[in-house]
Amino acid sequence: MERDDLIVNDSYALNSSHSEEEGAKIRKNVWKVTGILTLLTTVEVLMGIYFKRSETFTWAVIKWSFIILTVVKAAYIVFEFMHLGHERSNLKKVIIAPYLLFIGYLIFIAISEGFGHLGNFNTLH
Amino acid sequence: MGGEATKAISKEILWGGGRSPFSVSYGKMMMWYFLVSDALTFGGLLTAYGFVRASSTDAWPIGEQVFRSLPGLEGEYPLIYVALMTFILIVSSVTMVLAVEAGHRNDKNGVIRWLGLTIIGGFFFLGSQAWEWSHFIHGSGGSFLLAENVTVTADDGEVFNLTKGDPVYMDHHFGHLAEPWMEGAPNVSLVESDHGVKLVEVGEHSHEAELHALTLNKYIENESNVSGDEAMKLWNARSQSFAFGANMHDNEYAIQQAYANFFFFITGFHGFHVFSGVVINIIIFIMVIQGVFERRKHYEMVEKIGLYWHFVDLVWVFVFTFFYLV
Repeated sequence: MERDDLIVNDSYALNSSHSEEEGAKIRKNVWKVTGILTLLTTVEVLMGIYFKRSETFTWAVIKWSFIILTVVKAAYIVFEFMHLGHERSNLKKVIIAPYLLFIGYLIFIAISEGFGHLGNFNTLH
Repeated sequence: MGGEATKAISKEILWGGGRSPFSVSYGKMMMWYFLVSDALTFGGLLTAYGFVRASSTDAWPIGEQVFRSLPGLEGEYPLIYVALMTFILIVSSVTMVLAVEAGHRNDKNGVIRWLGLTIIGGFFFLGSQAWEWSHFIHGSGGSFLLAENVTVTADDGEVFNLTKGDPVYMDHHFGHLAEPWMEGAPNVSLVESDHGVKLVEVGEHSHEAELHALTLNKYIENESNVSGDEAMKLWNARSQSFAFGANMHDNEYAIQQAYANFFFFITGFHGFHVFSGVVINIIIFIMVIQGVFERRKHYEMVEKIGLYWHFVDLVWVFVFTFFYLV
């Protein structure tokens, strides 16, 4: 198998350069992602202004929508703006895995213990 | 295993041996590792915030009730200002991607233009945050706690059974004079008026403010206003516990001081990241103008500071959701 991890004289940095045509394509993608991020933020703000807080099922849906929209925005920033989506897959795994393993678990345990202390686990508001 | 130590290691597989794990340069790899650890710090802070909020027995303030002012304008604009801050940061992230892209084409002028705009965006965000902090610290009117149980009828007819320790909020005009009066300023005094009481300031800026309405639940749910004799009942039941805006000891937004402390720490720590990001961007901006990267024949340094700048935007996305929206 051909080795692709050897570097000579900053060749990675030099290899990552691209032509004007490729640049135009990249810029088009950047503006697309900009549009998506702006749209998602606008939706979040309008939802925040419009929906009133309550202990109903609707508010739970709104709250989870906020969290999902946030994760989608974060994914666009990390994979497109920070270019991680175009790096080698083992680098992706090294960076993303700690969060899937650690932060998800930490949030779950801290929040559920926080409510557990009150003895009202069902009133998530 | 003992044999491993004596085994000669081929120079080729070392970092210094002309090989790079993950096919990225050493500097970019280390920037990613730094960001991974920094993200865990912010993750820990936001999780701590979630834990304290979840385990709080008193009501927690609502973002769109607390943050609803715009500079220089009267009235209520819930979340508009933070939405603007978010948008500024997203736009500065976009200009940074375009700077990195220009770097890949060795387009020095393009890098200068887009990196310059990124720095300006960073300053705009810092300025916005300064105003936001100032507004949070000064508050709007302030609050006092009740020293005894009171039953009042709100203007819309709803009856509230308030207990000792519940907060009551003053309007902007009355609270503005209540603060120096509480602190014992000699030129501000509380006097009886036709409808109840008023605060009078004498001297250079002489003016007065009448107590005609007080607010319940200001930062929690829909506001309930109480006026006339009912407002006087609340005023007479006040304790000495006044809070104006927020500081390190008390705040008018919530009974829990943790609310203000988390606001200061999390947005402050993020703001510090933005500030250091702007400083780093300026250093690289100067190096670009001097032609350092032109001589190096690649602009990878712009890519590395770009990663840091995007990370700052990424953190704000989470702070925005968990501090202002949810």
